[in-house]
Amino acid sequence: MTKFPLVIPEPIARTEVPAIEVADLTVMYGERPALWDIDWQVPTGVLMAVVGPNGAGKTTLLRAVLGLVRPVSGSITVFGRPPAEVRRWIAYVPQRTAVDWDFPATVLDVVLMGRYGHLGWLRRPGAQDRARALEALAQVGMDHLAHRQIGQLSVGQQQRVFVARALAQDAWLYLMDEPFAGVDAATEQALIQVLQRLKAAGRTVIVVHHDLQTVPLYFDWVTLLNVRCVACGPVAEVFTVDSLRQTYGERALFLA
Amino acid sequence: MLSGWMDPTFRLVALGTALIGAVGGILGTFALLRRQSLLGDAMSHAALPGIVLAFLLTGSRDLPVLLVGASLSAWLGALLTVLIPRRSRIRPDAALGVVLSVFFGLGIVLLTVAQRRPTAAQAGLERFLFGQAATVLQRDVEVIAVAAALILLLLLLFWKEFKVLAFDPAFAAALGLPVAALDLLLTTLIVLAIALGLQAVGVVLMSAVLVAPATAARQWTDRLERMAILAGGLGALSGLLGTWLSGRIGRLPTGPMIALCGSGIALLSLLIAPRRGLVWTLRRQGGRSRVGSAG
Repeated sequence: MTKFPLVIPEPIARTEVPAIEVADLTVMYGERPALWDIDWQVPTGVLMAVVGPNGAGKTTLLRAVLGLVRPVSGSITVFGRPPAEVRRWIAYVPQRTAVDWDFPATVLDVVLMGRYGHLGWLRRPGAQDRARALEALAQVGMDHLAHRQIGQLSVGQQQRVFVARALAQDAWLYLMDEPFAGVDAATEQALIQVLQRLKAAGRTVIVVHHDLQTVPLYFDWVTLLNVRCVACGPVAEVFTVDSLRQTYGERALFLA
Repeated sequence: MLSGWMDPTFRLVALGTALIGAVGGILGTFALLRRQSLLGDAMSHAALPGIVLAFLLTGSRDLPVLLVGASLSAWLGALLTVLIPRRSRIRPDAALGVVLSVFFGLGIVLLTVAQRRPTAAQAGLERFLFGQAATVLQRDVEVIAVAAALILLLLLLFWKEFKVLAFDPAFAAALGLPVAALDLLLTTLIVLAIALGLQAVGVVLMSAVLVAPATAARQWTDRLERMAILAGGLGALSGLLGTWLSGRIGRLPTGPMIALCGSGIALLSLLIAPRRGLVWTLRRQGGRSRVGSAG
């Protein structure tokens, strides 16, 4: 039975290969560039925030790495390979608002979707997949709500479910689009601990983030994006007033 | 009163409409959840010119011939509703309206042309407007049964893929699923279900067979699997009831009766279903409002 993506036998945790390498990437939405000539390297094993103003192309950058948007030019490799070959090792957390939460499904149904990539065609999730999904739910503190209908969840619980679905994928690269948007403080703390455990396990985690205050607290690497890649590197080196001003304009003076 | 149920002709016809209702209800579940209910309406209206053209070109009124014509034309309609907003400034809702009215208008014109032909073979083509289940023959029911089995088999084989496609298409694509191909397959299955129902239900009200049972089923359950099964059952029930009533009251077209039965079940469900029903919601009001409880 063939899996959805081609299967890489052993996951790729070698630190000498960057998790993501993007060169000369340009993505257009009609006449308007969403991303312009991006050169971007993400080392393996970092916990990185991607920040930038609205319309900076943060979501587009994640979607380009996933192969969900077609770039005008540029090359993308993930763990040194074309993204299509390593899909099984990439987990994606879309924005919470991208789906209809009134969909008839339980929390466990949604988290089990994280196992679909491992199952391949024609196979149904089995006892092992259920166990893994419940484990992922426990990691985000949601196992007691496994059989709840997703429409009854709070915003914070919805974000936890989405992160649990990504955890159930057992990936090596996690791309998360605003997992902290609209969540309560307790959820934010719980989720950041999950992300830090992933990093400790050698996984690469990239998070689109809005709250500049918490960038130095939560993340060790940061990318500042505004259609162009303004800066990318360790937080201590590149998260400066100067680069924030380049990203956000003069408004950054108030933020920093 | 129950004597009608024993009549073999009635049982044959009722089997046909029950199958149509069941398949329509199950596929309608996906149409509803993917917010494509109106697409179903546009597709069923778009099937009319295909039916008449297939008849005009072949001179045959055999169901398989007309099914091919109906499917091709409904499918073309579905394709245009996707392409028009992408390639022009026309919005998706307007594109649906344009496709529905242009195809249906063309179908009516062709129907008029067909009916002016000197042969008698065209008699009864107008039943495709509102459906006349009494004209369903044994071999038609056989065609319907085979097609229904094929549709159900494909749905079962690709169930988890269709499920993730309906809930979160971006995540499905990120998993590496061929989302465009799955979308095409699901649309094709819906087109086929519509084409099957045209003879008994008619193009005008076929979308009710898709949408009404699914709407009703959503009120009673919070699981996709149960919703699809329940929608299939309620669809079959509306098919049976509608056929029986139209025979009982006499010479009424079956389509409107089936649509009325389905809509009646949907209306009842919208009113009285536990938790989601209107009665339930009204009784709860006065306490905390639903919007305020989120967060």
